Amino acid sequence: MTDNLRPESPAEWVLKIEGLEVATRGAAAKPILKGVDFSIAPGETLCLVGESGSGKSVTSLAVMGLLPKGSLKATGGRIELEVDSLLEVSPTRLRDLRASRMAMIFQEPMTALNPLMRVGEQIEEVLIMHQKSLSSTQRRERVLEMLDQVQLPDIERVFDSWPHQLSGGQRQRIMIAMALILEPKLLIADEPTTALDVTTQKQILKLIKALQERHGTSVLFITHDMGVVADIADRVCVMRHGEVVETQPIEELLRRPGTEYTRQLLTAVPSLRPRAARAVTDREIVLEAIELEKRYGERSAWARWTGKAASQTLAASNINFALTRGRTLGIVGESGSGKSTVARCVMRMIEPTGGGVRVMGKDIASLGRAALKPHRKRIQMIFQDPFRSLNPRLTIATSLVEGPINYGTPREEAMEKSAELLALVGLPKDALDRYPHQFSGGQRQRIAIARALAMEPDVLVADEAVSALDVSVQAQVLELLDDLQRRLGIAVLFITHDLRVAAQICDEVMVMQKGAVVEYGPAERVLGAPEHPYTRSLMLAAPGRHWDFSGFRPLDHVFEETPASTSTAPV
Amino acid sequence: MFSYCLRRTLAAVPVMVVVALFVFLLLRLSPGDPAAIIAGDMATPEQLDRIRETLGLNQPLYIQFFNWAGELLRGDFGTSLMSNLPVTQLMAQRLEPTISLALLSIALSVVVAVPMGVIAAWKHGSLIDNAVMSLSVLGFSVPVFVTGYILIKIFSIDLGWLPVQGFRRVSQEGFGPFIQHAILPALMLSTIYIALIARMTRASMLDVLGEDFIRTAHAKGASEKRVLFKHALRNAGVPILEVIGTGFALMITGVVVTESVFNIPGLGRLTVDAILSRDYPVIQGLILVTSGVYVMINLAIDLSYALLDPRIRYQ
Amino acid sequence: MSLSSPHASPDVSAAIPPRRRLRLWPRQRPGWAVIVAAICLALIVIIAILAPWLAPHDPLGMSPADRLKPPSDTYWLGSDAYGRDLLSRVLYGARVSLIVGLGSALISVVVGLPLGILAGFFRSLDAVIMRVMDGLMAIPSVLLAIAIVSLISANLWTVMAAITIPEIPRIVRLVRSVVLSAREEPYVEAAVSLGSSLPTVMWRHLMPNTLAPLIVMSTYICASAILTEAILSFLGAGLGTETPTWGNIMAEGRTYFLIKPSLIFWPGIALSVCILSINLLGDAARDRLDPRLQKRGGAQ
Repeated sequence: MTDNLRPESPAEWVLKIEGLEVATRGAAAKPILKGVDFSIAPGETLCLVGESGSGKSVTSLAVMGLLPKGSLKATGGRIELEVDSLLEVSPTRLRDLRASRMAMIFQEPMTALNPLMRVGEQIEEVLIMHQKSLSSTQRRERVLEMLDQVQLPDIERVFDSWPHQLSGGQRQRIMIAMALILEPKLLIADEPTTALDVTTQKQILKLIKALQERHGTSVLFITHDMGVVADIADRVCVMRHGEVVETQPIEELLRRPGTEYTRQLLTAVPSLRPRAARAVTDREIVLEAIELEKRYGERSAWARWTGKAASQTLAASNINFALTRGRTLGIVGESGSGKSTVARCVMRMIEPTGGGVRVMGKDIASLGRAALKPHRKRIQMIFQDPFRSLNPRLTIATSLVEGPINYGTPREEAMEKSAELLALVGLPKDALDRYPHQFSGGQRQRIAIARALAMEPDVLVADEAVSALDVSVQAQVLELLDDLQRRLGIAVLFITHDLRVAAQICDEVMVMQKGAVVEYGPAERVLGAPEHPYTRSLMLAAPGRHWDFSGFRPLDHVFEETPASTSTAPV
Repeated sequence: MFSYCLRRTLAAVPVMVVVALFVFLLLRLSPGDPAAIIAGDMATPEQLDRIRETLGLNQPLYIQFFNWAGELLRGDFGTSLMSNLPVTQLMAQRLEPTISLALLSIALSVVVAVPMGVIAAWKHGSLIDNAVMSLSVLGFSVPVFVTGYILIKIFSIDLGWLPVQGFRRVSQEGFGPFIQHAILPALMLSTIYIALIARMTRASMLDVLGEDFIRTAHAKGASEKRVLFKHALRNAGVPILEVIGTGFALMITGVVVTESVFNIPGLGRLTVDAILSRDYPVIQGLILVTSGVYVMINLAIDLSYALLDPRIRYQ
Repeated sequence: MSLSSPHASPDVSAAIPPRRRLRLWPRQRPGWAVIVAAICLALIVIIAILAPWLAPHDPLGMSPADRLKPPSDTYWLGSDAYGRDLLSRVLYGARVSLIVGLGSALISVVVGLPLGILAGFFRSLDAVIMRVMDGLMAIPSVLLAIAIVSLISANLWTVMAAITIPEIPRIVRLVRSVVLSAREEPYVEAAVSLGSSLPTVMWRHLMPNTLAPLIVMSTYICASAILTEAILSFLGAGLGTETPTWGNIMAEGRTYFLIKPSLIFWPGIALSVCILSINLLGDAARDRLDPRLQKRGGAQ
């Protein structure tokens, strides 16, 4: 092999990328990466940051040689992993390098494991392929040892588990064990914690750090989350539109961003410190939940017949809150906390199984379809996924006038109004006769807001309405919501998992865990000085909580761990 | 797992009830006198009266249904008008050729079609893929009897390698003569099945190959072969099994035509004879039995998912 | 968490792309196979319509003196056992096939679409409708058709009904599954909270989703109905044997296969080309309209 003729790799870097270009295949090849350069030193963590479409994931796939064969192709530049030039080596050599010298973990732990293989066997497979000399008992021992290193409990049982029996955090641990079992020089982590809850995220990040130190691995960490970057990076490489904007040591970047773009990115990150509640101007309660409850899995005929205990789950129980005009109540919690269930009950998209929902003083929890209609318009919703919340076959105008026409507004009047609404949410009038696919995610979310406003509602329910958006777009949409609220006096029920977002826009905050409210009060108090251990653990797990990103300096006053709140639940 | 199996099995019951009800109503609600249809064109008024009496046609519809269903459950499918033999006996005589032919065809189809589909999906967009897809469209567009006659023309008439018609039972004359007579009918029967399975295998494999865990397998350094067969094929298995099950209905159609073309004394041939003589009790019995077999096969396939997929097993 | 498109620039209003219609049909040239299929099918349709003018002889006119003649100037493809002109009969055969194919596709959609929407939307109806459909699916289509035709004398309508009934479950299941997934879409929930009535939600937000898969599925049903009709005729359970259908011609030709195979091959070729063309067009429509349908595809 020619590789052997080259000198041993210099100690300064493990991975070096020079002028990497990737383009789409086909006649009209479009450049995706336009000359990317960076290198990673041994034992270093380099964070690759950027918004969607920046090319950060493509870069990582190119290193692994995993670019989707049919659509993308490396067209230029070099990728060097120690002595191997990855764009030139044979496919067999590349296969040998994977797992043994470079390994990768992915964003979605739920789908990254083969559902039909026991997780132990999936880790063992790495050894079968790369270390053929090991006997099966040796392999099992190695795998168990690795499961122990990623701090999984009851490793013998986990070895024989199927992926669907493990939680998201546990699966990501399996992925890490699989990636590190051969002690590769380079670990590529592509948004490995994005799909996880904050407390789990914190544990996984800690685990990666610990294993990195133990094995001396270099880590290429891809993320969109500046908080995570601040917590783990040694150096940061900011990407945009397939190009490297700047590469800096972390402190340097956070204190003195070298480019306007990085500065914008940092400024857009909402502060974790809650803003002060606005002055109360109106005491009218527009939305109220009274001992609201939602129970799933009613005792079925089948369950009765077999005499099995009913498998009921309380998705939400004993929920009480009151929202006054012009204010924002945030419901915060991790996945499975029941926050979306509450939103959907309040909207009457699902039937609550107990308690009441009062809209403008009228209980709508048990109204029939017809009786509900006059109250529907009082309360409107904005959904998480901007790409599915507008009917792709209808023009924007048709979507905007649908609601008002349902309530008897003449078509012309509704059309005029929708043009005004578009202006209100910051879109030009000629957007009216376009179709949703012609707009970006942020623009669609604006349209969805306009559609809700067309009903002149008293309450807006926003279910993770900015979670799918890039941070700069997210900032704009939040600003828009705030502006509208000030102008129209609308009340907002804001459901989010993101504490920063909650801190920025909520007057009151309600923290939920496993279907129950654990803490409810003014945002300043709940997020500024949390009392309940769960809220404390959430705040402690928030990434980048030591930094004031828009102020380009560390926070001087940070809510710190107290002995009482150290016991965070295992994943 | 037990509850999954029990639920699946119980779910098959209403399907069979609907089938029985449908077959029952078909005769009673069709325009014209059911007795005359049962008796055939040559019946005398006395015969008609006797048939009305035995079928209980003068009783209310629901009583007729329960009586009729009760007879079915006791294994009484009525009597053939042509031969005056019990329908069950007629079917039992014809069972072996059909079953042996069907098993041979299914084996042949799976052995040929699954690798075809896997390769087509692996080499997605290539010449091989196009060839497999073209063959598969051709496979279910050219009617079975046309394929059959083309095969006869080439292999039996022009080349003279195989017999034109006829059948040898494997139980009586051994495997050699059986395969010599059965290979052309099996080929004919398989074309559509191969087409269907290959197509589904390809589609299902393409789906699975786009999954995240396939990328994980590549990232582990697994070879193409390992990714295809160890990771992808098993995950693509459920839709493939499913199409083998639902495709069984096609197989029945194919059997009727094939046995008629090759003059094989099986259930299909019995069907054709029954049509030509308007022997309704036999047709009715054949429908009930084939539907029952169809439901059973699909039930067996449903249950086999539990073996294939741990997510079902631990439900 | 990176869903927004690349051009989410800070200046929102500046980033709207130029005006463009929603394009269902990508501007991509169809493959040659699809073009050939379209031409073939067009030819078959023209032949079916113009059969009385194109056919050189009366398809029913027997002339006992000219039995089983080889191709000649008078009988371009030869004659059958009753001395009828094979070419004329094959040309006329296109009529029955196309009528049955189109009729079945149309009727199964007209009956299946409402049933599927009801099943997808109302849980109470779902159980009943789907059990009946499961039962219908379990009866092999050709046997069911045979039973129907053997009870009721065969004419074009009964044959068509017998062929269509077993196809209906395919439409119902398809529509139901599309509706079930579409009703989970946030935009459908949004419409509900905008106070839209149930019929509006169904008609405006759910129905359009079924259109593309329905077009594709009905081409497959068309092909499969033509095939079933030919099989019924071939088995002697279809239209009267004197009627010129491709299946009937072949059924009659079976006796003389050893001495005159063209009696089977010419109608066989016509039938195969017809079904192949429809299936190819169906595949092309599927690839463009609804790639997800790939798994449900296939004639029959």
